[in-house]
Amino acid sequence: MITLTVNGRTHRLEIEPATPLLYVLRGELGQNGAKFGCGFGECGACTVIVDGEPVFSCLLPAIAAAGRKITTVEGLGTPAKPSPLQAAFIAEQAAQCGYCTAGMITRAQALIDRNPSPSESEIRAWMEPNLCRCGTYLRIIRAVRRLAEAWAKAHPGAPEEASR
Amino acid sequence: MRARWIIAAIVLLPLLAATGYGIAAQYPLIDKLENAPPRSAFSRKLIADGARLAAIGGCHLCHTAPDGADFAGNRPIPTPFGTIYSTNITPAPGSGIGQWSEAAFARAMRAGISRTGRHQFPAFPYPHFARLSDADLHALYAFLMTRRPVETTQLPNRLLFPLNQRWLMTFWNILFFHPASSRRDPRHDAEWNRGAYLVAGLGHCGDCHTPRNLFGAEESGRKFAGGRGEGWTGPALPAAPTPWSTAQLFHYLRHGWDQTHGAAAGPMQAVAAGLGQADPADVRAIAAYLSSREPRTALPRGHSGNAEPAAGNRLGAALFAGACARCHAGGAPMLPPHGIDLRLSTAIAAADPRDAILTVLGGIRQPDGRAGPYMPGFADSFSDRQMAALLSFVRARYGGGPAWRGLASRVRALRQGRGQS
Repeated sequence: MITLTVNGRTHRLEIEPATPLLYVLRGELGQNGAKFGCGFGECGACTVIVDGEPVFSCLLPAIAAAGRKITTVEGLGTPAKPSPLQAAFIAEQAAQCGYCTAGMITRAQALIDRNPSPSESEIRAWMEPNLCRCGTYLRIIRAVRRLAEAWAKAHPGAPEEASR
Repeated sequence: MRARWIIAAIVLLPLLAATGYGIAAQYPLIDKLENAPPRSAFSRKLIADGARLAAIGGCHLCHTAPDGADFAGNRPIPTPFGTIYSTNITPAPGSGIGQWSEAAFARAMRAGISRTGRHQFPAFPYPHFARLSDADLHALYAFLMTRRPVETTQLPNRLLFPLNQRWLMTFWNILFFHPASSRRDPRHDAEWNRGAYLVAGLGHCGDCHTPRNLFGAEESGRKFAGGRGEGWTGPALPAAPTPWSTAQLFHYLRHGWDQTHGAAAGPMQAVAAGLGQADPADVRAIAAYLSSREPRTALPRGHSGNAEPAAGNRLGAALFAGACARCHAGGAPMLPPHGIDLRLSTAIAAADPRDAILTVLGGIRQPDGRAGPYMPGFADSFSDRQMAALLSFVRARYGGGPAWRGLASRVRALRQGRGQS
């Protein structure tokens, strides 16, 4: 029996401890936001947030995820009520085929959570592990910038690096 | 009372005399050049030869700061004695070496004395460069004097007193600097001899692969017994579970990986990237020399690659199956070259788990987006205890040798070290 806490809900599951978290999310819990891309931790389509860190869920054995706080893209917002970052992705039309998008949003959310106003170079360095084969990188960066600039405008006088 | 004075004198006078000697034993200034030699002073072939040699020496690795101009220095070099900032070796007349004659350059390279007569610290590997031939020095000079000059403000070193006293290097040199030119070994061919010369000299391989004594000098009796570089192990040469052939080593040194031994990690990645730009004949010579030092047969390790020794470690087995097996287990779909057979890994076979821990924490990525071997890092995936279980499983199953001890605390320490760098 393995206990997983996903998007605030706790699940007790009869699963093999080696099963990748991605398979559990999609196969057992119906959370289909995270995608299977490469299965080698090379593309980032499966990225979820675990205890605040972006992690490739395709290479995270369920036993290593047990007892930790897991957030998938479904945990951020809904189509009717998107999160500020999701709204920024929509505003910048930062998806083309959409396959990488959930991973991009979760990775970017982990950045925003620790630094609400990252610079463009910080965004580029942080997002580097995630790939988009349609090539929407510039729009993705714009979407994160949009959120960062909105935060900076709402917090005049805040230091550039808000939190670390 | 009187005896005490005599003892004090016996102790202090030689110290005073030595200090006086150290300060007085200075080297003369070598006059500035009026103007830096023009590009036309050097043939294109000479400059190209110098470029290929500089790639072996890795000059830019220390003399280029992150995001800084090529060869303009100010890269922080961590040493056990404090931080040294590398110098500007562009031909800028003020802060670079634009006014250095070739004689001044040769003295700096071979004797560790700058143009003005000041001692250099041996973080600059002059004890190795002392072996450089006139021809190779000449080409390196031509290459450096034709780089783009960039004026900089030299950052001051952060060394603790009295280690920041350059005159003390007089004694360091007396104790540890015994320059020797590379003698041809008639028992070996020209290629082997060229390799031996490059390894001991320009390549300064011992910088990371030879252990150092308390004073930071390489231990002369323990050449290539294994050292340290930028927090990583510089494995002993030889150390690999299977001996390197010349062809395998050539491929590894040129490309940063070899199917039979794995991928370069840590500072060796940049070394291999440099060797990829070097003269292939020189890299083949290095490979020929180093592979001649390898044992004829596999080192006796007695590991079988079966699961039995690891049978009790169910957590480690589950973590390996879920995180590593897709690339590293036998029969993994894209193997090779997707992940090496871990029985071949020098890091897993090593007595010290340092490199294995660093690799699992940070993965293997290529600098500057270059194509090459890749492994994701697992620092955010596993706790210290899980990392320890995983590594002890891998060690038992693939490493042979005695189990690694105290893994969880080693993981914790190296994890913190990563955060700081």
